[in-house]
Amino acid sequence: MAFDIPKETYSGAIREVIIGEGDKAVTIGGQNAMTLCGFEGEFPNRPKIAMEVYDERPENWAEAVMEPFADVIDDPVKWALKNVNEYGAQIICLQLSSTDPNTKDTSPDAAAQLAKSIAQAISVPLVVYGSGNVEKDVAVLKKVAEVCEGKNLLLGPVVEENYRQIGAAAIAFKHCIAAQTPIDVNMAKQLNILLENLGVPPDKIVIDPSTGALGYGIEYSYSVMERDRLAALSQNDAKMQMPIICDMGKEAWKARESKIPLDEEPTYGDITKRGLLWETVTAMDLLMAGADILVMRHPKSVDVIKKIINDMF
Amino acid sequence: MALTGIQIFKLLPKTNCKECGEPTCLAFAMKLAAGKAELASCPYVSDEAKEQLSEASAPPIRGVVIGTGDNSIKVGEELVLYRHEKTFVNPTAIAILIEDSMSDDEIKGKIDQLNNNTYERVGLILKAHLAALRCKSGDAAKFKALVEKVSGMTSDGLILISDSADVIKEAVSVCADKKPLICGATKDTADAFAAIAKESKVPVAIKGSIDDVIEITQKMTAAGIKDIVIDADEASYKDTIKNQIIIRRAALKKKFRPLGFPTISFACDMTDDKLFETTLAAGLINKYAGIVVVSEIDPPSVLALTVNRMNIYTDPQRPMVMDQGVYEFNNPDANSPLLITTNFALTYFIVSAEIEASRVPAWLLIMDTEGMSVLTAWSAGKFVADAMAPFVLKSGISDKLGHKNIIIPGYVAQLSGEFQEELGSEWEVAVGPREAGDIPKYLRKLAGI
Ligand code: SF4
Repeated sequence: MAFDIPKETYSGAIREVIIGEGDKAVTIGGQNAMTLCGFEGEFPNRPKIAMEVYDERPENWAEAVMEPFADVIDDPVKWALKNVNEYGAQIICLQLSSTDPNTKDTSPDAAAQLAKSIAQAISVPLVVYGSGNVEKDVAVLKKVAEVCEGKNLLLGPVVEENYRQIGAAAIAFKHCIAAQTPIDVNMAKQLNILLENLGVPPDKIVIDPSTGALGYGIEYSYSVMERDRLAALSQNDAKMQMPIICDMGKEAWKARESKIPLDEEPTYGDITKRGLLWETVTAMDLLMAGADILVMRHPKSVDVIKKIINDMF
Repeated sequence: MALTGIQIFKLLPKTNCKECGEPTCLAFAMKLAAGKAELASCPYVSDEAKEQLSEASAPPIRGVVIGTGDNSIKVGEELVLYRHEKTFVNPTAIAILIEDSMSDDEIKGKIDQLNNNTYERVGLILKAHLAALRCKSGDAAKFKALVEKVSGMTSDGLILISDSADVIKEAVSVCADKKPLICGATKDTADAFAAIAKESKVPVAIKGSIDDVIEITQKMTAAGIKDIVIDADEASYKDTIKNQIIIRRAALKKKFRPLGFPTISFACDMTDDKLFETTLAAGLINKYAGIVVVSEIDPPSVLALTVNRMNIYTDPQRPMVMDQGVYEFNNPDANSPLLITTNFALTYFIVSAEIEASRVPAWLLIMDTEGMSVLTAWSAGKFVADAMAPFVLKSGISDKLGHKNIIIPGYVAQLSGEFQEELGSEWEVAVGPREAGDIPKYLRKLAGI
């Protein structure tokens, strides 16, 4: 008996978003079927991996994930170059954690200069994430937008409390925006609507759904992202047809399983492998749920996930 | 695939004898269709009709049990494509691959891992469940010896893998009472495998392209074999996942019986790199594999795979919760600080990981808020001063402390005044950080480190 593959028909497609400029530019999105369903749709752009760079020496990182960066950890530009040239990063994600007023309170000017130096040095696009401090991120990301005019950065996290100011700067200096909401379909949609009403072109918006890690809320991210995608593709909801970025490296490496030494949990096995698996499995879940950009940390997990992306898309 | 009342009616005697308690056979049929009556109430249904009715009411994906007793495990019976629709039913069984070419030490190592690498999380036991024994030597006697040996070492279920029905037949003869899954029949060996499955009453796995699989399951079903597992692995991971999706969809959306069976997938054969393999196995848990066979279940792999399985198979509607009570971190004493938060498991995991990482000894009170996070519980009136104060006072924590200071989450700073009032003047309420990530800094500062 002949068997016809039961196919779904989709009425919508994810928008293509371009990050970076000139020959550094990378396109994400563009697919018109649910993830892994290449047999019933087009996937013109594979998901991309952005590797993290911090603007300060990280504190409390597991040994395993400090080691690959030991020689560059105090020099973010070199760190970014190493990620691109040695570890094959397709995008760099600069994490401006030191701008947090509760820690070093690095000035917007200094942060913006650093972003500019990195953007100029590397051959791939740049994502710039503020510290997550709602007020300070306004000052920092506005300055970054201005100083890096024309670089077409992806700026985030832009949240409901600060989207006006950062959105206006992104429009003025032509950057993309990572719109971050708590893990929830309707809130993501609401912020996209606000940004569009402000005048941000829809093909300059990327959804940041707030990402959990394996064992720490990944099931919420997984299902909300699947529902985001069903809304965009099956229900043709134009306000949800943006690609998705998952800022997940920090979540995976924060997990207890990635950090707790063997002498404190004698049954947990090798700490390095634990950390790596925590990052790769978190990444795998998010990829399968529909991520277009994964922000990752360790070069070894990046390797694994790159191979999987090449096999799977 | 439930039948309609009319379809059921056609299978009834149509005598309207009323013995079922209904005025007519049609009325009875309608009640049956609605699930409000039992077929057994009608003494006159034919055996043939019974068969057809039970077939029709069977789940769209068959449940298959491997092993016996407490350690048996059921796969299949899934009802949805996406976990937000409804809880996934029977968690993927993880199997460790053992081959007859391995040394005794290697075999013992694998079985030790199967038996010992067990973890607990929110009251659930996390472990791998099956030993997948593969005949690599082609030697039936050697394989049989391996099966006998492993049978004696673990009470977990077994999978017996060989392309040769003769090899399987020999091996089954020493462990049929353990109800192993025999694996895997192809188009060419389907009859021989079916004969073993029937005679020894064991489930059977079959393999091939989707078209082959359909042909084999139809043949086996016709021969009266019900417990079938499908191996639809392909050379590429992409095609393997595609098959998993197609099988699940055909069974659920098209009610296509020939594909209405759980699946097995061999992550162990997809790569030599262990990190890569475990990650692929995690993906197979997400996308519908009933059983995943892996070559390594060392502690990190078991933790990653079973936590992933737990996350994917949890009820999407009901949050995981922790028991209400007092939790200790880093060996606290009477002078250690006291914190309070809600019993949403995710809140607990994140807060506890940070307290632990701070190295500061501390007490944590977990209050039952029906699994709501701090802000949600606060706005729902469950994590509010007049509920929290009695809980703290009755928790018995006062007996353990030499002080009466309590730290509340920064997100509910607004309730500190009222909480203070409710607790009484000998207590002092402090407002902690909003984000769990800032807890270590906060606690260290408090401890003067
Ligand atoms: S007992 Fe059976 S035959 Fe009699 S009325 Fe009911 S359904 Fe019909």
